Order: sequence, then C-alpha cells, then structure tokens
Amino acid sequence: MFLGLFSFDYTLQIVLAGSALIGFVAGSLGCFAVLRRQSLLGDAISHAALPGVALAFLITQTKSPLSLLLGALIAGWIGTLLVMLITKTTRLKEDAALGIILSVFFGFGIFLLTIIQKLPTAKKAGLDTFLFGNASTLLEADVYTMLAFGFIALLCLSLFWKEFKIISFDLGFAKSLGFPVKLLEVFLVTLLVVAIAIGLQTVGVVLMSALVIGPAVSARQWTDHLGKMVLLAGSIGSISGILGVLSSSAIPGLPTGPAIVVIMGFFVAASLVFSPHRGLLKDWMQARTNKKKIRIASVLLTLLRLSESHKNPFYPHTLASLRAVDATGVEKSLEQLSELHFVEQQGDLWNLTELGLKEARLLEQEWGAVE
Amino acid sequence: MTAQQPTLALDVADLTVAYDEKPVLWDIDVQIPSGLLVAVVGPNGAGKSTLLKTILGLMKPAAGRVHIFGKPYAAQRHLVGYVPQRTSVDWDFPTTVLDVVMMGLYGKLGWIKRPGKKEKELATQSLQKVGMEQFAHRQISQLSGGQQQRVFLARALVQDAALYFMDEPFAGVDATTEKAIITLLQELRKQGKTVIVVHHDIQTLKEYFDWVLLLNVRKIALGPVHESVTPQNLHKTYGGRAAFLGTMGG
Repeated sequence: MFLGLFSFDYTLQIVLAGSALIGFVAGSLGCFAVLRRQSLLGDAISHAALPGVALAFLITQTKSPLSLLLGALIAGWIGTLLVMLITKTTRLKEDAALGIILSVFFGFGIFLLTIIQKLPTAKKAGLDTFLFGNASTLLEADVYTMLAFGFIALLCLSLFWKEFKIISFDLGFAKSLGFPVKLLEVFLVTLLVVAIAIGLQTVGVVLMSALVIGPAVSARQWTDHLGKMVLLAGSIGSISGILGVLSSSAIPGLPTGPAIVVIMGFFVAASLVFSPHRGLLKDWMQARTNKKKIRIASVLLTLLRLSESHKNPFYPHTLASLRAVDATGVEKSLEQLSELHFVEQQGDLWNLTELGLKEARLLEQEWGAVE
Repeated sequence: MTAQQPTLALDVADLTVAYDEKPVLWDIDVQIPSGLLVAVVGPNGAGKSTLLKTILGLMKPAAGRVHIFGKPYAAQRHLVGYVPQRTSVDWDFPTTVLDVVMMGLYGKLGWIKRPGKKEKELATQSLQKVGMEQFAHRQISQLSGGQQQRVFLARALVQDAALYFMDEPFAGVDATTEKAIITLLQELRKQGKTVIVVHHDIQTLKEYFDWVLLLNVRKIALGPVHESVTPQNLHKTYGGRAAFLGTMGG
C-alpha cells in the first residue's frame, strides 16, 4: 500500500533501483572490509572523497554525474593509499593514519564547499547534499552512472572471488603461493572506494561507512559461509537503501543518509541480539541454563554428601540442613530434581532416589577433577 | 633433476634480515640435502619464523640469496608447501575446513578459475591423511587447536610439494596430535620429501628429527641431531639458561 503511493512515479523507481544497488555493492564489499578488520577504512574513504567532489565541480563547473563520481573516486583512492603509505613508512599505527586522513580531507572538502557557495555561478546549489545525502536530487543520469560503476565492481568481486578470499583469510600463505598480495589488496580497496563513491550523493559522506559496515556485521551473525554472508549483506544493504529512500521521501526534510542508517541500525541490533549461534539472546539463555544446571547439580551433590555421613545414601534430610550448605534456590532446585525423579519428598524431608544416586555419583566423578 | 649430483633442497647463502636496522638474522648459510626431516631450534626472537618467511619471499632480506632445488624461490613455488603459524589467521573467518584445504590448490589453479570437483577430491584425500575427513564441512571456528593444526597440514599436503616449511606445527596441540603429526612428517620423508620444521622442544629432537639447525640470530650449528646438539652448541644457542640445559641429559 505504502509502495502503491509511489509506484507510478518513474523517477522514484529509478532512484529506488539506484539505492538498492548502492546498498548491495556497499554491503557485499563491506564484508571484506569487516573481515579484514578494515571497518574504519570505509569512513576514511567516504570523508576523503568530499574534496574530490568539490574539486571536480570547481574544475568542470558542472554537476555532471561522471565528473563528480570520478572526483570522489580519485580523492577517496588517494586518501586510502595515503593511509596505507603512512602506516607502512612512518611509526604511526593504522588508526592514527585513518583519523588524520579522514579529518584533514573532510576539513579540506568543507573548505572547498564554502568557497563554492561564494562563487557567483547558478549551478552551485545542491553540492551540500553530499554531506548527509539526498536521494531526491538524483537524476536519471546519476543513477545510470552509479549502476554502471556498481556492476563493474560486482563483476570484479565475483571474478577475483578466490583471490580476495585467500588474501582475506591468510595473507602470508597467499603470498607464498605467488599471488601478488599487495596488488590484490589495493585492487580490493579500490572496489571498496567505488562502492563508497557511488553511494555518496544518496547517503552522504558522513554516514556512508555505516552502509559498508552495518550489513556485513549483521550478515556475519546469521551465516558461517562467506558467499552467503556477502549475498545477505548485499540484500540487507539493498533493503536499507530502499526503505531509507522511501522514508526520506515520505518525511519532508529528512535527509536520505540518516534514514538509511537508522533502518540499518535495526538490522544490526536485531542480528546482534537474535542470531541463533552468535546472538546475545542465545548467550544469555545459555548462561541461564548453565547456571540452573550447576545449581541443581550442587543440591544433588549436597544430598549425596550429607547422606554419606549416615552411611545410607537414601537418608532423608530436612530443608533446613540442605539450606545450611547451599542457600540459594534450594526449594526450586529440589522441585526440579523431583520432576526428574532424582529426589523424593516425604513430608518435610527430602531423600535421593536410585536414579538420583546414580546421577550424583556420575557428577561426583566429573566434578571431582575440578575441585 | 639430474641423478649424478643430488641437488640441495635448500641452499641459503649469506642471508641477513633486519627490522629497523637491527639484524634478526645475520649472515646465515644453510644447505640442506633433500629427503631429511629438519628441526629449526632456538630461543624466542632467534629468527626462526623470520628465516622461513624470508625463504618463502614473505620478507625481504637485506642481503643474501635463497635457492630451492637449485633455483630461486619464485621459479620453484610449485615444489614448496607452507604451514604458517596456526595463530597467524582468524579462525572465526566464515569458511569451512574443506574450503581452507582447497586454498592449497589456489596457486596451481591460476587466476580467476574457481576450485571444482577435482580440487574437492584432492582436498578430501588430504583431509583423510590427517584424519579430519569427517570435519570437511565443519565451520573452522568450531575446531580445537589440534584440529586447526591438522587442517593447516592438510592444506600443505594438498600442495603436493617436495619441500615443506612448517612454522611451529606442534604449538598448542595435545600429545596425541603431536604423535599423529610426527608420524605424518616421517611418512613424507619416506616418500623422499624434505620437511623443515620450526620446533620448540629440545627433548624430542633426537626422537623426531634427522637434522637440526640451531639458530640464534646467527647460525650456531647445522647437521645430524646427534652431532649438532652438544652442550656447547646449546649453550651458545640459549645463552646462560643452565637450568634448562641441565634437563637435557645426553
């Protein structure tokens, strides 16, 4: 129904197709960034691209999508190479290099944008949408350019899948096999630069990295297979892109970037909590089960030890004497034990059953080593 | 290879490697004939891993040269198998055991081509050799340390090399796995292959290996274990750790 409102608008369809592709390319390449522990590189690339966009405008004096995109690509790429160079040749660590490149390039970009605002040309308006993104400024030509670059990036990713996989898992081994790992690393990062550059106008330089990291982080929670992770991350990116564009066009004045990122935030949060193998909920439930098991087992052992002093394993004990040894949740544990037929209740007294004795002896063997 | 003069499996000459001008390996000469099981032994920071990495072209030497079966490494890659330190990779990477083993074939596959049925078969055979075939489709994060090591060995076996370099294959594995690995290495030697292993346990040198390279930045000794492992050489290698050497016996 919601979609029905828009379905006749051709421009919107084009824009939706564009943002779906942006999300897919950023999400799938983002997997490699996340797996290679380069999550922050995306942030540096997108911020570094801003002066490229501004310079491209200053040089060409037009907002042609191709020149702006190339400007973003080149500046983002130079920023990335500088990060690599600084990390390699100076004593700075990668995080410091990323921070410096990100802030200096972004500052320079803002500086250039301010100059552009003061220029007496009529076409200057709209460049500031590159900060937080605005899908409604996308023209058909923009989307076609994005589509072309996006498809090339995906094609390269699928062609060099094996190579990218091995350098991401085991760089040293890949090198020993003779793969030019430095070249492949630069190639992979270049594809990431492309993924980011095509998303800048829609998502904005400030939040673009979220579309690189978020889908990958979410997807990793649901699968242990690289191919599936990349497809899933791409899909999450696409869905976030589409829903973000729809909500930003439904709510006047809402920039597209924040809308996309908020929606993706839901994916990330849900994945972190609900993933069946890696989720917090699973960890929490596991911890609870373990705690319960330990509590019950310790009451069972207490019964065994107390009755040993009576030389009768089935000797009945009062609740009070059990509590004296192990105070927490004794009644509840006894109830659970009697459900398992490990203990019996006779009035106020509790005693082990045959089954319970067997289990307690097993436990004693298992835990004996620990204590 | 010509039969008259057996080519050296490994021939390292005047090798010096430095980090920030500080030498980690100094003027190393190593010549190892083929068909031997060789341990590389020395204290932490002696340059054992660095030696392997430099031979394999992962690090650039400041000086010296490396020949494998008479030619530079770049020309002989197909004859070399490598087992990096188990802890050098992220075992939470989203992939399966079989997938990791198939990576041993990536070099021979060449660019762009993906592994297929034949590669799967070879990888499975290799997993059988290390007793891990039932784990083929297991996610690698679910493996124990010993199992991880076996997977890395399987990946090297699938390379079907003549010369193997293994960086601490016994680190953090249980006694059963250690025995299984050494049996496998001895099997490789029986097939005429050369295996060079970074090792930590001096106690097992005689039992496991034919030759030993004692290393501490410089080469201290290289040769058959019973000739090279002398109290003087051990003292030179490990410095003043007399208490440790005292446990050596004979």
